[in-house]
Amino acid sequence: MEKLLIRGGRVIDPANGMDKIADVLIEDGKIAAIGEGLSADGAKVYDAAGKVVAPGFIDMHCHLRDPGQEYKEDIVSGTRAAAHGGFTAVCCMPNTKPTNDNAAVTRYIIEKAQTQGSGVRVYPVGAVSKGLAGVEMAEVGRMKEAGIIAISDDGQPVSNSNLFRLAMQYADHFGLFIMSHSEDKNLVGDGVMNEGFISTKLGLPGITRAAEEVMIARDILVAEAEGKRVHLCHVSTKGGVQLVREAKARGVRVTAETTPHYIGATDEWVMGYDSRCRVNPPLREEEDRLACIEGLCDGTIDVIATDHAPHHEDEKRCEFHIAASGISGFETAFCISNSMLVKTGKMTLSDLIERMSVRPAKLLGVQGGNLAVGNPADVVVLDPDKEIVVDASKFLSKGKNTPFDGKTYVGEIELTLVDGKTAYQGND
Amino acid sequence: MKRKDMLGLDGVSREEITSILDTALTMRQVVRSNNKKTSHLQGKSIVTLFYENSTRTRMSFELASKYMSAAAANISASASSVAKGETLIDTGVTLDQMGTDVIIIRHPMSGAPTLLAKHVRASVINAGDGMNEHPTQALLDMLTMREHLGGLEGAKIAICGDVMHSRVARSNIYGLTTMGANVVLCAPPTLIPTRIEELGCTVAPTIEDACEGADVVMGLRIQRERQQKGLFPSVAEYCDHWEITPERLALAKKNALVMHPGPMNRGVEIASSVADCGQSVITQQVESGVAVRMALLYMLTRRENG
Repeated sequence: MEKLLIRGGRVIDPANGMDKIADVLIEDGKIAAIGEGLSADGAKVYDAAGKVVAPGFIDMHCHLRDPGQEYKEDIVSGTRAAAHGGFTAVCCMPNTKPTNDNAAVTRYIIEKAQTQGSGVRVYPVGAVSKGLAGVEMAEVGRMKEAGIIAISDDGQPVSNSNLFRLAMQYADHFGLFIMSHSEDKNLVGDGVMNEGFISTKLGLPGITRAAEEVMIARDILVAEAEGKRVHLCHVSTKGGVQLVREAKARGVRVTAETTPHYIGATDEWVMGYDSRCRVNPPLREEEDRLACIEGLCDGTIDVIATDHAPHHEDEKRCEFHIAASGISGFETAFCISNSMLVKTGKMTLSDLIERMSVRPAKLLGVQGGNLAVGNPADVVVLDPDKEIVVDASKFLSKGKNTPFDGKTYVGEIELTLVDGKTAYQGND
Repeated sequence: MKRKDMLGLDGVSREEITSILDTALTMRQVVRSNNKKTSHLQGKSIVTLFYENSTRTRMSFELASKYMSAAAANISASASSVAKGETLIDTGVTLDQMGTDVIIIRHPMSGAPTLLAKHVRASVINAGDGMNEHPTQALLDMLTMREHLGGLEGAKIAICGDVMHSRVARSNIYGLTTMGANVVLCAPPTLIPTRIEELGCTVAPTIEDACEGADVVMGLRIQRERQQKGLFPSVAEYCDHWEITPERLALAKKNALVMHPGPMNRGVEIASSVADCGQSVITQQVESGVAVRMALLYMLTRRENG
């Protein structure tokens, strides 16, 4: 019987309204007790004095690149990186090679994660359409039996609104929902960054915010007409946040995520043609950044997801136009969010944990986000006040592609446990 | 000159522009002389690296190099090789190793010269990148204008045509506003970049407004593919509303200059009768081009602080 006592930390467990200094006893991979002065008898002790103990983070949106693009990332490196970011569970998008549009690929991902991963739980997201081509529906039912948690053509929109509607109906039968990559390809055109003063200044083709907002509006209206659920991926614009806010107010079953980079960076970062800032949707402007923060604060945006999108160095060491889109996000998600939201006084640390752990667990219908006695010990120990300089070269992810490299943020992950087992532990 | 590269006129000071233009005046004497040979670039190696087709710009740089006794070489890379062939950085490093002093690059993607310059020891001159900048074109435009107008301060420069896709427009906006000129743009709204006014220019509602009292009326090429992409409905309708015609030119100052970076689409953005009229300095622009490029090559290869 393995026992671990996390001693003297500030335990923040929003699901149970807890925020106090306490010991957490873990026994056989489960939360055995939370209280003051718990006995360490027979237990290994982890000193968490001055630290925060919280339910592990759950990332609704990442790319593990496995199978097929293991030179960018694989399930081993990806789950290690996730653990380093304080995540105890992640949902990986289906744009692998081959596409996760069938049960065989789903089973491969789950099995590899269980046998070779860091311990972090991996919930595959299946494709909406075969090959993400947006034409024929993928075998959603069979993928569900194999273990998918939701469906998405992420990276590509489901441009055909009727396919989108049918997939929504069909997925609902299997207890699944669509995670929509909302983007109107015609409005994107040949754009490579946000359309605004900076795109004009750099002479780079711009992407109007309307490209995202038109599709968010469509997604909401289809969900509303069907009375079904839709989850909007990576909301990045002020107008998008407002559309979600209005939809929620009239009872549409819509949920939404934004990412650390949309609350932590703007299109001004692209100056100098920094290809590390190439991401889709593109980095927007300050008013959009503030709107995403406001949306997170008032509950319009439910969760913070990373859209962790690792790429090889070669895919970024090139002209901006042909640079791959995406930011390696697992390992900076907490420190950026903590710095932008908590340290600025926009929300409490408990609120942030709610949006990175409690809410995602609820939306996905999975365990986690809750430290109640008897639950699996998916736990993160972090130092919310530690100043750190991001060093991408030290990432556990194969993808070192981040514009946050070299910048200073506050908040460090010290220990990540899944089922009570160590998935990540810092050096000191 | 302190700078290593000439990537664009954004951020280049009035003093620096003036100094380049003054040097170009001297160089023009060489272009006009019987013996077009100086030793200014003797022992220097200049490479043009063009990822887009070009006749005049490339020839202009090549002659500028040769008039000053440089060893000049040309590399043509097809646009498709940008994505599939050797990376730009690798090509640049290779040229560096061969002892190249100046790399002159034209590239269909904005920012490519910036990327190259970061990775090579050689000086980099931007000969046009995507929709971003084409600084030597703007410098030769300014040299031509300055000669005819006496100065640029307070001059009204109307730029009419496809501003959206024009690197010439952006470089001229930066350079001319720095020199104190008033730049007025005119084009269909679908060919005007977002928030371009924030670069210090204005957008005229009609071409008549743009031409009214102008010291210079400059046309920019309208590529027919823009019409096919739906940016305006037809060439005929474009001409109705935006072509530089003799009537519209008549609204400008008497003896206002007519300019165009070339190649022209006669009868689209500019009427032949305008392009060929007595006010046109389009052919002089070409001569100014060689002089400006000689000046830049001379100054960059003699930069201070190495």
